[in-house]
Amino acid sequence: MSQVLIKERDIVIPGQVLAEGLDYLPGENTYRKDDKIFANVLGIISLPGRVVKITPLSGPYMPTVGDKIVGKVEDILMSGWRISTGTAYTAVLNVKDASSRFIKSGEDLSKILEIGDYAVVKITKVTSQNLIDLTMREPGLRRINGGRIIKINSHKVPRVIGKKASMINLIKDNTGCDITVGQNGLVWLRGSPEGEILAEKAIKLIEQKSHEEGLTDKMEKFLHENKGNIVVEKKFRREEGEESQNEESFSEGDQ
Amino acid sequence: MAYTKRLDGRKNNELRPMEAKASVVPNADGSASFKIGKTWAIAAVYGPREIFPRFLANPKTGIIRCHYSMMPFSGSGERIRPGRSRRAQEISMVMENALNPVIDLSAFPNTVVDIFVELPQTDAGTRCAAISAAAIALADAGIPMTDMVSSVAVGQVDGTVVADLMYNEEAYPAIVSDVPVAMLHNTKEITLLQMDGEISREDLMKALEIAKDATEKVYQEQMKALQEKFTKTEQK
Repeated sequence: MSQVLIKERDIVIPGQVLAEGLDYLPGENTYRKDDKIFANVLGIISLPGRVVKITPLSGPYMPTVGDKIVGKVEDILMSGWRISTGTAYTAVLNVKDASSRFIKSGEDLSKILEIGDYAVVKITKVTSQNLIDLTMREPGLRRINGGRIIKINSHKVPRVIGKKASMINLIKDNTGCDITVGQNGLVWLRGSPEGEILAEKAIKLIEQKSHEEGLTDKMEKFLHENKGNIVVEKKFRREEGEESQNEESFSEGDQ
Repeated sequence: MAYTKRLDGRKNNELRPMEAKASVVPNADGSASFKIGKTWAIAAVYGPREIFPRFLANPKTGIIRCHYSMMPFSGSGERIRPGRSRRAQEISMVMENALNPVIDLSAFPNTVVDIFVELPQTDAGTRCAAISAAAIALADAGIPMTDMVSSVAVGQVDGTVVADLMYNEEAYPAIVSDVPVAMLHNTKEITLLQMDGEISREDLMKALEIAKDATEKVYQEQMKALQEKFTKTEQK
């Protein structure tokens, strides 16, 4: 006699019994003990078939290979940089992964990335002890100039980007900002001062309402109501064409 | 004269009214407020984050660190000296021991999860309120936990076994004992059991039976707090 005790999209707390009997399988963030399946974190249930999974609603960012993140340069090492990722673990960006240009030995590394700079980088390697290797040698990865950095919960990143980057493009089109969302929850905005403020408000609102349905429509309404006299220059967007190609890599994380 | 009627008219196994809320400290990664009667605990969780001093780091798993503190005005008029005292250090330690069995930080080696608990107002049962609040805050912070910890004090006042003693009962002029208990919801394992005063073996067994139901009630309140956080914003 197997039975499932929760519904799709239910909010469950750690230790809650999700299913009884052996007909169901424990998925992400759940575990089986005897013939019951228990929740491991606070989150929303998804029930694809006979697997019980939980999408966490909060919690630390887990570094994953292939993630594009926004990091801050903490220290300059012998042959690279130590970059903070917004988690308990710092990452290392080696000189050879920093630039396609040849960097001579003995060159002043602070000319390329200075302590305190932010950079858009990609994770290339994560060990079992969560030591992280980075690269900056791909299109769209670079040092950050100007604009502002805001921090959101890393679990809300897929919602901020939206299906096929729909949500992030909506904000870009309405605020005229250039936006880069790091999977670690750091977001880089650059545009006119009013545009940046509106974009920041919009992203914070998405973070707050991320578990609701029909969010894109709500955000469209919010942006139109608060747009005011922000002029979106079409030219600005086209210049950033290189940037929008990289949105493809974001859409993998869609919910 | 036996203690037949409780000072505030509660039934023997009845708890004081509870109120729990998740996410009360916006800066923290997870937080909670837990009130039981006049006792009020606020817990804030930070982490997993880098551990300092470094020699505490465990390369196999993350660790937790509790900081329990009563606010200077939290008593009944007498100023409580802030900072670490022998008592606060002991309670911080028993809290760690009570919470550790459910927390799984093996995915976060060399890190620490800091749990800060402040008590703005106290009326006995502070370590239990602190543990219950910390458990909500940890879940709110998204820390992997195998079970929920709920805690409540039971005890004996002049031969009558009661649940959730308040200060006036602990200070009742007779033989009194106070037994703080923390229990896991699914397995009913006991992760905290202390005792102050005198209690007979039979009364202790009776008290622990009462504690099972009492922690269950605390659990319901904790669950409500965590789920309400999301249903409430939905209505906005």
